[in-house]
Amino acid sequence: MSATSVGAHRAPPGEVILSVTDLTKYFPIMSNGIVRRHVGDIKAVDGVSFDLRRNETLGLVGESGCGKSTTGRAILHLQPASTGSIFFDGRELTTLTQRQMRPLRRDIQIVFQDPYASLNPRIPVNSTIAEAMHIHGLWDAKEGPARIRELLRLVGLNPEHGNRYPHEFSGGQRQRIGIARALALEPKVMVLDEPVSALDVSIQAGVINLLEDLKNRLGLSYLFIAHDLSVVRHISDRVAVMYLGKIVEIADTDELFDRPAHPYTQSLLSAIPLPDPARERARERIIITGDVPSPANPPSGCRFRTRCPKFANELSDEQREQCINLEPALTPRDIGHPTACHYADVLEIL
Amino acid sequence: MSNTVEVSDVHEHDPVRESAAVLEVDNLQVRFPTDDGVVHAVRGVSYSLRPGEVLGIVGESGSGKSVTSLAVMGLLPRTARITGSVRFRGRELVGLNDREMSAVRGHGISMVFQDPMTSLNPVYKIGVQLAEALQAHQKGLSDRDAQKRSVELLDMVGIPNAAARVGQYPHEFSGGMRQRVVIAIAMANAPDVIIADEPTTALDVTVQAQVLETLRTAQAETHASMVLITHDLGVVAGLADRVLVMYAGKPVETGDVDDIYYRPRMPYTVGLLGSLPRVDRGERQRLTPIHGAPPSLLNLPPGCPFTPRCPMSRDKCETEEPTLEAVDGVNHYSACHFSAELVAKDEVLPEEIFDSGAVDDADLEAEQ
Repeated sequence: MSATSVGAHRAPPGEVILSVTDLTKYFPIMSNGIVRRHVGDIKAVDGVSFDLRRNETLGLVGESGCGKSTTGRAILHLQPASTGSIFFDGRELTTLTQRQMRPLRRDIQIVFQDPYASLNPRIPVNSTIAEAMHIHGLWDAKEGPARIRELLRLVGLNPEHGNRYPHEFSGGQRQRIGIARALALEPKVMVLDEPVSALDVSIQAGVINLLEDLKNRLGLSYLFIAHDLSVVRHISDRVAVMYLGKIVEIADTDELFDRPAHPYTQSLLSAIPLPDPARERARERIIITGDVPSPANPPSGCRFRTRCPKFANELSDEQREQCINLEPALTPRDIGHPTACHYADVLEIL
Repeated sequence: MSNTVEVSDVHEHDPVRESAAVLEVDNLQVRFPTDDGVVHAVRGVSYSLRPGEVLGIVGESGSGKSVTSLAVMGLLPRTARITGSVRFRGRELVGLNDREMSAVRGHGISMVFQDPMTSLNPVYKIGVQLAEALQAHQKGLSDRDAQKRSVELLDMVGIPNAAARVGQYPHEFSGGMRQRVVIAIAMANAPDVIIADEPTTALDVTVQAQVLETLRTAQAETHASMVLITHDLGVVAGLADRVLVMYAGKPVETGDVDDIYYRPRMPYTVGLLGSLPRVDRGERQRLTPIHGAPPSLLNLPPGCPFTPRCPMSRDKCETEEPTLEAVDGVNHYSACHFSAELVAKDEVLPEEIFDSGAVDDADLEAEQ
């Protein structure tokens, strides 16, 4: 473990519950034909390190294809990591077999994005929630039904509706069922993969409030994966911004939003439309050009340089050399929080 | 944008300049007969669009905002029953046959859809599709001129190296690029109205910013009026001059963009604004969800459709559906019996009106 690059943004020891170090996940690209040769890799996650503390919400944001969901799935062993380590409660997860991993899933649960696809349409909600308890040998014929009622009530659903099928619920209610299912095993960590992106705003607010309440009541830790920065600011204690498989900036929430130092974070914040006409009219946007490069063949040096407004407009050729040749490490520099940019500079955007 | 300012100035002097409107929608209703009964998807939408104006239509899924626009374009399935009137430059569009409608579509009114992959034909080159749109309405246009104009259009929407890219297929373009191609096609014949239905919903936020910029350019180039349909109140705030909020198939509030955001006069609008997390505010304010779900448009009960979710609702709301009535501000209308109570407040704070709990109490009480 390269202590030089990761040591700086470690949380104080003792309260860390999940620790990810230099995590990578490569998906092989095979050639066509009879002999399928390995011709390259999609580097979906390419060296990600972070800590999740007890009773903390860490937001993981980035655009589609930046590797945020893959990171979440690697933590749960749904798509085992290629290299790197994931420590949970003092145990290394990456070396476990699926069988050894199963009991640990009690402690780490996931809520998926699509409330329509993540519930089995053919079994009633009661059974969906009970299934997890059966699998982990926690089902008690006497106590079980009462426990399910309690869970449904906890997430704001009428316990009488437990014998209904998923299609009888609205999107927001289904997402609450998904949360109840995850809570059934009393997890310590929840990976929330875009839990509110499929919901209308008026419904989304209720689910966000619920997640906040549950965290405070049950002392949960969340890894909150989302592309919507407004939601992330609202719910997170700390935020990590990902670009093309790497974390480019990580800081406490207010620090990150008020004093963003990486040009990508600045562009992201600048691109968000604000529901405030007067401020929208007065705003000057940093518009970044182009699209995200392919993760199979990321640019040399700094991965963001091909779209970076600073690289394009502000830097001299000499300075650009460094962006092209040297990959910037995620270190605090003079900013106060870790930023992966050679020329990081705080800029107030919002 | 300069032309918009001009237009709204004119408007202030003469509030009812009906003749100036490019598009007038009057009491538009859409019903879909289904096996379960008739779904009354649009229950009377009226608006008029002035030249150069951007009208934002906001609402949640199922509020009828897309169906309204599809009805304007004559793109609904034949089973749909449409009543009311849609007048484009004084000409009635409801009831036109497909051939007559085709002359209007793409020429007078054009549309940008949400998903750029399905609105482009995957087996034709971009240049061919642009030329098709051009030649459909400009009969004398030669292939060479159409090609030349296509390159200009792609250039205008900010596609680099346009001359080479006209020869490429849609799959060779990224999502944001495709949406720009669709915008280029929409502006090809300099339409008077561009209807953009969730034009950036499928896109990442940095790409969304690029596409919104392109839409602004397209509007400035063609001086077209625009109807922008979206659920994103941020997008509307930055682009629209006027806003129409829809709920359960009907407009519930309409007014200038500032009136809607700073002086909302309908509880639904207040709730919608209160349920938005704000990226530009540090203090951790509790969100105010609107509990419950939108009503089914099949056999809608009498009264205001927002009643079951409304914290201000009273007996009257259950029996009598409010109509759009003028409230404070110029051209500001709200459909609420008790909007005067909101007018009386200096500042409408969502948390004073809506309960900020995470759980719908009504849902739990129903248990007994």
